[in-house]
Amino acid sequence: MGSVTSPAPLEIERTESAEEVFAVPEPDVPWVTIVHNDPVNLMSYVTYVFQSYFGYTKDKATKLMLDVHHKGRAVVSSGTREEMERDVQAMHGYGLWATLQHDRK
Amino acid sequence: MPGTFEPLPGGGAAVALDDVEISIIRSLAVQLLELIGPGPAADAPDDPLAELFADGPSEPPADPVLRRLFPDAYGDPEGTPQAKEAEEQKAYSAEFRRYTENDLRAGKRDNALAVVRALDELSSASAGEGGAVLKLSPEESQRWLGALNDLRLAIGSRLEITDEDDTDLLYRLPDEDPRKPMVMAYLWLGGLQETLVATLMP
Repeated sequence: MGSVTSPAPLEIERTESAEEVFAVPEPDVPWVTIVHNDPVNLMSYVTYVFQSYFGYTKDKATKLMLDVHHKGRAVVSSGTREEMERDVQAMHGYGLWATLQHDRK
Repeated sequence: MPGTFEPLPGGGAAVALDDVEISIIRSLAVQLLELIGPGPAADAPDDPLAELFADGPSEPPADPVLRRLFPDAYGDPEGTPQAKEAEEQKAYSAEFRRYTENDLRAGKRDNALAVVRALDELSSASAGEGGAVLKLSPEESQRWLGALNDLRLAIGSRLEITDEDDTDLLYRLPDEDPRKPMVMAYLWLGGLQETLVATLMP
């Protein structure tokens, strides 16, 4: 009977489409915060700032600090423009030299 | 050990300072406070909301130390933007400055003031003893960490330290160089900051 068999596939289909919505990868994140190298800030302090402000693990914070040190800069966060302005302000508060920009490749 | 912060059991940090060291840190912190300035509330002492609603400046500070403490938020330091793009970055930086610089100045002022107050308490409690052990709570440690960093940025900027080689050169300055005392203070503050950060590492 149609009334018995049809609800099941409908149900499954709805679940699938809902999952698909949540599985859509990342929203567009067009802005990034960049920390620039400077010879005054201590490596340990920069690592400390990345850990305590962003909540990054010691490994991730250390890797970002080394990128800043060796490559001259590192992208430390990404998100909306407002979020990145907040991060840049926080970095300036800590005395790190940071800028934000559109993440155009 | 002199010039070295040690972690305190249960959190916080301690360092032994003699009278000369206390007066050096205090004098540098006071100079930094004078450079940062009193904030908008000082212009309108009767208006409690002045601090809240005053716009910050839109132009970068003229003093190189202040320019380092409050850098432009937009613009690639290594980039060579087109005229139109440069104009846009300048406008964005100006806007960012207007609504953040007062807060940033207040934060740095609070940190430097916390240092001056702690040193004054320490001096009055240990008058005539030639020195004392400064003990900081975890919260005070964070203020000190920020202030020590700002002081090093300020001195580094005055000494025109712009790349790693400059730091290496400073280590080898002859004793008669007029920059020598400032360099000694810079390196000593670096040791204080390095050991203080170690006590705070999560």
